[in-house]
Amino acid sequence: MYVFGVSYGAVAVTGGLPLWVPAVLSVLVMAGSSELLFVGIVAAGGNPLAAALAGVLVNARHVPYGLALPAGAIGNSRIQRVLGTHLMNDESVVFALAQSGRDKQHAAFWACATGVFVTWPAGAVTGALLGGVVHNTAAFGLDAVFPAMILALVFPALRESRRLSGAAVAGAVIALAGTACGLPAGLPVLLALAALVLAW
Amino acid sequence: MVIAGILILAVGTFGFRLSGRLLKARISFPPRARKLLESAAVVLLAALVAVSALTQGHSAAGVARPAGVAVAGLLAWRKAPFLVIVLAAAGTTAALRLCGVP
Repeated sequence: MYVFGVSYGAVAVTGGLPLWVPAVLSVLVMAGSSELLFVGIVAAGGNPLAAALAGVLVNARHVPYGLALPAGAIGNSRIQRVLGTHLMNDESVVFALAQSGRDKQHAAFWACATGVFVTWPAGAVTGALLGGVVHNTAAFGLDAVFPAMILALVFPALRESRRLSGAAVAGAVIALAGTACGLPAGLPVLLALAALVLAW
Repeated sequence: MVIAGILILAVGTFGFRLSGRLLKARISFPPRARKLLESAAVVLLAALVAVSALTQGHSAAGVARPAGVAVAGLLAWRKAPFLVIVLAAAGTTAALRLCGVP
């Protein structure tokens, strides 16, 4: 997460944005791919409001995340519920769902959520500072970090069920086709849900 | 404008997170539906992997990044540790770019 944060902060600053933009986004939004998209659009001269809508669209996947995550994984106290809802992201959800049993899910969710809460903003700031110095962050292969990370996290679930892997591959194909057709970012990933009929 | 954009993104994202959680608290799902919702999360993430690994904007992402992610997939399949997977992906992509692969 820290490495992905570094690449994100660096991309933002080399795109001409001030350091506080990735820093504030990383704390308030806490959803890497949408922030990267927001920063990418704004840095390319796009309208910040349009960029925000694109980011919100990308984050629509958090609705099914909230439905998928067992209530016990987050906890019952007021602070846990509010902060836990905010920290419910790609990584903490897969980490929790990979465990069986409420206690283990709770422990895994919070271990991951706390890690992300610290390392994501820290990485973004480090990257923003580095980005001011090193200009070609692609040379370090940092753009491969996010997909590699998510792939590593979903792999155990895919290994467990042949049907689910079939649905995941079909979903990936749908999302790629949607992207190639020029649909706005975020929408193709949501359309991938159609592949769920294969997992039913 | 940038500040307004950041706030919209932050509030919208939290709204989505909250609505999923609130919906869940109000409706109880049979085990089969719960299983399907878990599958939904995995399918979404797999789609996100494909799009972020293989595309840049609306076109293909070149060779170096997909190759790095493919190495990650291979290592994940061989049950390598998480950090090894991530570093190998970045390392492969960086090495290919060093050799002039886009």
